[in-house]
Amino acid sequence: MEACSISNLKLREFGCEQSLLSRPDGSASFIQGDTSVCAGVYGPAEVKVSKEIYDRATLEVLIQPKVGLAGVRERSQEQCVRETCEASLLLSLHPRSSLTLVLQVIHDDGSLLSCFLNAACMALMDAGLPMSCLFCGVTCAISADGQIVTDPTAAQEKESRALMTFAIDSTERNILMSSTKGSFSVHELQQCIVVSQKASEKMFQFYRDSVKRRYSKYL
Amino acid sequence: MKETPLSNCERDFLLKAIEEKKRLDGRQTYDYRTIKVTFGTDYGCCFVDLGKTRVMAQVSCEIVAPKESRPNEGIVFFNIELSPMASPTFEQGRQSELSVKLNRQLERCLRNSKCIDTESLCVVSGEKVWQIRVDVHVLNHDGNLMDASSIAAITALCHFRRPDVSTQGDEITVYSPEERDPIPLSVYHMPICVSFSFFQQGTYLLVDPCEREERVMDGLLMIAMNKHREICSIQSSGGIMLLKEQVMRCSKIASVKVSEITELVGKALENDRKARKAGEKCGFAESLPQERITALKTDKTPVEAMDVTEKVDDIIQKAEVPPLSVPSPSLPVPGVGQVGQNTWGLDEEEEEEEEGEEDRDSSGEEEEKGTKTQKEKDKDEVVELSDSEEEEVVILHPDT
Repeated sequence: MEACSISNLKLREFGCEQSLLSRPDGSASFIQGDTSVCAGVYGPAEVKVSKEIYDRATLEVLIQPKVGLAGVRERSQEQCVRETCEASLLLSLHPRSSLTLVLQVIHDDGSLLSCFLNAACMALMDAGLPMSCLFCGVTCAISADGQIVTDPTAAQEKESRALMTFAIDSTERNILMSSTKGSFSVHELQQCIVVSQKASEKMFQFYRDSVKRRYSKYL
Repeated sequence: MKETPLSNCERDFLLKAIEEKKRLDGRQTYDYRTIKVTFGTDYGCCFVDLGKTRVMAQVSCEIVAPKESRPNEGIVFFNIELSPMASPTFEQGRQSELSVKLNRQLERCLRNSKCIDTESLCVVSGEKVWQIRVDVHVLNHDGNLMDASSIAAITALCHFRRPDVSTQGDEITVYSPEERDPIPLSVYHMPICVSFSFFQQGTYLLVDPCEREERVMDGLLMIAMNKHREICSIQSSGGIMLLKEQVMRCSKIASVKVSEITELVGKALENDRKARKAGEKCGFAESLPQERITALKTDKTPVEAMDVTEKVDDIIQKAEVPPLSVPSPSLPVPGVGQVGQNTWGLDEEEEEEEEGEEDRDSSGEEEEKGTKTQKEKDKDEVVELSDSEEEEVVILHPDT
């Protein structure tokens, strides 16, 4: 059975700033290496009649590319993020209202989808929306020589044979969403899932630290 | 989402404060809010913070065919995107009145003032020119979007580097940044827009209105000027009558503000160039404030992968083994391909059963027919053939 070598896994330096914009109800910017994304959340607010759902809130996710208008790629990413958020948000607490999550690409240097997910979670936390669990995104790439690379850069993504992004929840470390590209074996998929779950521990520790810092009196 | 209406109390309060030469954020009449210019990781990416208003500009380029009327001039394209992130009233994909107004003003300020040398963007006359695209994204709307956008756009244009191109006969080579250093655009001058808002039919004037002030103002005057005190565009909106003296005064104020802002932009560009030359990390990630409690940053973190292999083996062993071999396709009926077993086997059996029942029925019928023939024979004997035959057929299906 083919297996990947999994030595020397690492996440690039990552950082986050919350409440950086004054207008949205919640905002955050998330940085992974050079990749950065800015997120803003509005809601719960008035909903258009056409989009109203009688027993829960309508979640709308918009992704703004850096150059030009949103295309098919952005639409598919929007769907991935929306489904993840819908799985963790307690939407039934705000029936007949709207939540809008806007994600702006600041710089793309690989692992963009996982950065979207992390920024989205941070912004939702900042907006104080009720959630059943937190979530984080981890991207794994399998390089041509069968090495797993976590949090790949754009160059590493380009050289990779397969690329997988998982959204992982904070309570059970279950997979909320997966998006894959390229070909890989079942064994490789399982390996990537386990590696992502390991990496998510680091992310959730970071979430914990940043919330702790936010509600502390001193730096 | 609808805009939250401004209450009469707030409106009166704001106007009263302006009459008393006071502003909500403690500024003087002619004061700008703090301007902060930062750059992104790649060339041509610029962020401008004007107080709480925040915009991002990104310049990109591609080779296109030129306009027929101007065969040896490059094309410069501007687009201000009012992202729904900036304000809940902005909707995606809809050209609002505000966005049309801002786009038009930016075009007049930067394209019509000929601040960029478009002829140097020509690659092959009449065939290929560079198209420079400036995307301005509004991230947070707290008033005076025009000034912030114009500063961001011109700074991004000054910061931008396009790839080097060489032509040899018909062949055009575009060099990557590794092969040859990218070339900056030739910017002749830097027009910067300054907004003035008027209250009480032009009695009071404020520089750099914030969002609240914009909502109670009567009129707006936008003057685009460069540091040589040349007016590049001037626009008055809101329908107020201004006196000649007022316009003159505004242009004087604008010249002072423009020289201040130009100096700031120049310094920011200089700092960035030095940082890039020294090979320092620059970009959005580096501009993350460290001293705020809302921000946190970690260094590169290793992920422990000690028991990953064992865990994976465990999961795979526990998992059900899928059938490895796929049976070859079969043709049950001409024109129907089938792979694997027919999962409708149960139905087939039922059908068979039904068929069996039918068989039994038919055999029963035959038996009955037999009896019938006998009865008919009896009837023949009686010789009484009439309508009663049908009734007898009914009897042939007993309830038992």
